[in-house]
Amino acid sequence: MAYSIIETCVNCWACEPLCPSNAIFEDRPHFRIDAKKCTECEGDHADAQCASICPIEGAILNGFGEEANPPGSLTGIPPERMQAAMAEIQAR
Amino acid sequence: MELTVLGQESTEQAGGCSSGSCGTTGDQMSHLPDEIRKKVENHPCYSEEAHHHFARMHVAVAPACNIQCHYCNRKYDCSNESRPGVVSELLDPDQAVKKVMAVAATIPQMTVLGIAGPGDPLANPERTFETFRQLTEKAPDIKLCVSTNGLALPAQVEELSKHNIDHVTITINCVDPEIGAKIYPWVFWNNRRIKGKKGAKILIEQQQKGLEMLTAKGILVKVNSVMIPGVNDQHLKEVSRIVKEKGAFLHNVMPLIAEAEHGTFYGVMGQRGPTHDELQVLQDDCSGDMNMMRHCRQCRADAVGLLGEDRGEEFTMDKIENMEIDYEAAMKSRAEVHAQIEREREAKRNTPSGAFVALSDLKNSGRQTRPVLMAVATSGGGLVNQHFGHATEFLIYEASSEDVRFISHRKVELYCSGGDTCGDAETALQKNIRTLEGCEAVLCSKIGYEPWSLLEDAGIQPNGEHAMEPIEDAVAAVYREMADAGLLDQPRHVARATA
Repeated sequence: MAYSIIETCVNCWACEPLCPSNAIFEDRPHFRIDAKKCTECEGDHADAQCASICPIEGAILNGFGEEANPPGSLTGIPPERMQAAMAEIQAR
Repeated sequence: MELTVLGQESTEQAGGCSSGSCGTTGDQMSHLPDEIRKKVENHPCYSEEAHHHFARMHVAVAPACNIQCHYCNRKYDCSNESRPGVVSELLDPDQAVKKVMAVAATIPQMTVLGIAGPGDPLANPERTFETFRQLTEKAPDIKLCVSTNGLALPAQVEELSKHNIDHVTITINCVDPEIGAKIYPWVFWNNRRIKGKKGAKILIEQQQKGLEMLTAKGILVKVNSVMIPGVNDQHLKEVSRIVKEKGAFLHNVMPLIAEAEHGTFYGVMGQRGPTHDELQVLQDDCSGDMNMMRHCRQCRADAVGLLGEDRGEEFTMDKIENMEIDYEAAMKSRAEVHAQIEREREAKRNTPSGAFVALSDLKNSGRQTRPVLMAVATSGGGLVNQHFGHATEFLIYEASSEDVRFISHRKVELYCSGGDTCGDAETALQKNIRTLEGCEAVLCSKIGYEPWSLLEDAGIQPNGEHAMEPIEDAVAAVYREMADAGLLDQPRHVARATA
């Protein structure tokens, strides 16, 4: 099982130095996690480090392919509120 | 009574200011010991007077952050927007050093290099300190400073003190975790994401501890606070008192910037920023014996140039790759330019201006004249030297029979840039004129016919007669003209006391 980084990553580098297994590496268009190296931080930390510092909701998936930080969990913005705001801006 | 506003060293006595040392209520720098004043007098971000003459730049080497603020969105990357946390191009330390050398060789007014993001510099210690290490060696005449949210500060104070960084800015928005929980949804601490009040409490403790450690080491600390109406606006008075007690030498209260299109919590949730009036009232309330700063422009983390301008586009990596830089020669010519600026500042301090003498006469005549707000278009040098239509911001001054003081700056949209970017010129111009609400005159080098008549209709007198004159002298002269014309004996019917 391994965590993974998907395309919403903004390449902020925050996760890279925290990984106890050096599984995270810089790549284009975004950082990636080497699935062979990732231990999900088992034995090193209580929480997966990349998912604990990542500022972008949805950018990191856990071993089950689920969003480690689902919409609204980090910013506190209710998802429906965000959708309404974006729809309103696009309608301008 | 002697007028105290001539910008001489005598400004220490009273609440006046001129080009000597102002930008705050009373005298921003006067209470500081000489050694600190020496350190900050050429720093455009700390000295209101210096910001007319000297330039700064930020290098964006620090992408990671260890906290989330409700006014920030880490997805943002835009070349058209000016606000902290926004950059177009991330640099590694080698690229950053190259860019600093290129800018310092091209813009001789440059005195200061800051690292301010786009994340938190101390959450990226290797990149931040590698940049500082190389610059200390290669560009010893550039002052270094750093700006942080404070979470990692206590752990980094020792390292900071090794790099000859004598200015640190900490953003402190609160000292109460209840309030902190409404500003910071989480912090990353000891390998965990900690949310709510508990996270805010850790951040506040680290900020306060870091502040104490820095001042104990003799490192200058400025505190930035973001004013968020209904969240921390009243609380900031207490913040101001506490940080001053702990040795911060300057407090900078900035307005919240929040628009839905930024995608920030505050933007999307409809949290409003303060009005010009609310900001000024709070800055006045916080001032007391604390130094307040009013000329801050809330720059991007990759800003380049004089405050209020951004020449970052001239120094993208692909452009500087092709620049030939002789840094030794550039450093020499920079020293000459700085010496020349110093001579001009000195001469200005020592020359009583006719306009201020005229103000003094007015005061001595015993006439009661009301204070007046005026907007000034300037592109630097402390002079009225910008075309109305080219101004991206106006400096607001208050003139009275006592003195002329800098109040704030107000940003406007360019309506005269021409081409496709222009959009609806009429609307932009109208909007800019509304931005100048409360002002009774606009001083600029030139102005077109159309804005002239629109300004007049709005009760704001355009004035291009003081082009290339020092700002305070020009404002004093216009005030005197208004007084002589009998315009100032009655309260203005729409007069407002604040900016």
